Amino acid sequence: MTPRVSYPAGIRFENVEKRYGGLYALRRVSLDVAPGECVVLAGRNGSGKTTLLRIAARLVGPSGGNVSYIDSSRGDKGADRVRPGFVAHATMVYDELSAEENLLLFARLQAVERPKERVAALLEEVSLTERRASLVRTFSRGMRQRVAIARALLTEPSVLLLDEPATGLDSPGIAWLTQTLCGMRDAGCTLLMSLHGASEISALATRGIRLDAGAVVGDTNAGASMSSVLGRAGE
Amino acid sequence: MSLLANTGVLLGKELKTEFRSRELLTTTIIFVIIVLVLFSFTFDPLSDEARRFGSGLLWLAFLFAASLMLQPCFLREQTNDTLSALRLSVSDPFAIFLAKLAANTLFLMVMELLLLPVFAVMYSVTVLGVLPWLVLVFFLGSLGVSIAGTALSSISAQARMRELLLPLLLLPMLTPILIASTEVTAALLDRSPYVLWKGIGFLVAFDIVFLTALWLFGEYLLEE
Repeated sequence: MTPRVSYPAGIRFENVEKRYGGLYALRRVSLDVAPGECVVLAGRNGSGKTTLLRIAARLVGPSGGNVSYIDSSRGDKGADRVRPGFVAHATMVYDELSAEENLLLFARLQAVERPKERVAALLEEVSLTERRASLVRTFSRGMRQRVAIARALLTEPSVLLLDEPATGLDSPGIAWLTQTLCGMRDAGCTLLMSLHGASEISALATRGIRLDAGAVVGDTNAGASMSSVLGRAGE
Repeated sequence: MSLLANTGVLLGKELKTEFRSRELLTTTIIFVIIVLVLFSFTFDPLSDEARRFGSGLLWLAFLFAASLMLQPCFLREQTNDTLSALRLSVSDPFAIFLAKLAANTLFLMVMELLLLPVFAVMYSVTVLGVLPWLVLVFFLGSLGVSIAGTALSSISAQARMRELLLPLLLLPMLTPILIASTEVTAALLDRSPYVLWKGIGFLVAFDIVFLTALWLFGEYLLEE
């Protein structure tokens, strides 16, 4: 299935701060992610990657600063229609529903056209057609992650936010994810994802950003300096 | 997608997951039966005393059952962070509340209507003549319990002492609705039944005020 992105969009972080009590999760982060860019967020545990992604998804409000989407076809006026796809640490799907029921639920909530056909195509793509009627609670972590990724792709989003998307995936799963993300990137989708160290997936990146203690400490375009931003595998 | 369409889809999900597991209905029905049976031993079932106290016991049992039922309402959404997925998917977050409170009201009504005949037999009260009025009181009372309970459940699910917090917040808040529902039910179960309009008016007002507050401020309750 060839991914389609109807309207490329970018993200702008302006002096974004997030505090939990006296603890700073993010410190005055300012970034411009251009439409169609594939950006990898790297950094140690607790460096603020997940918080930045959840703020970008509008799930968490910043304590200071502003996050906005820029719809390249309409400028700032079209930003309201940008609804990012989000793959989080947790799978964000219901254990008590089957894979198909989960995807149909979220497809209907987001008014996806011809939801049954879209869900069938996505289940085929994530190799879960045979297990479509099985409850998600009977799935392995890797299979759940496939459902989670399929859920994020339901609307063919123009912005895709991924928090360690390879979690639980085996080698064929990672290869599939790499291919899927490559297709999304080539179709003009903006990708912002957190990863630990260099991998097949990080090779897709056009830009790497390193966070430390909630602040941006490195920002580079693809090339030799990328490995210094991404750090060692497993970090 | 419209608010009602989103609510319909989410209500379908709530009903499907409950009727698949039957966790809430089974536990609350058993709980209420135990309470009614235990209290029936302390009264002479033929006395006026049973008629007078019966409605209070009935609503007290419903209230405790409701707190059991409302506890997992948002707690279930924490397991896999499905609440975030819902927030990302719906056009209006009020749809999440509306679906949950509709499901909770429905489950409470099912439980109450299933237990009404048991109550009538054990406490020797005639309910057939006033059944439509009883159903109305059960509906208004259950709706009020569900509106307040669903809102508080969304708050308590994010707290550390979540199991304790919901009953602590819920029971004082629901005291007015418990008093009004009990008085209206007692009047209906009287030897000469009558409709206590003041009580019904209070229940309607409580439901409208709390539903409006939930509509206005519900979005903030879902924020992390």
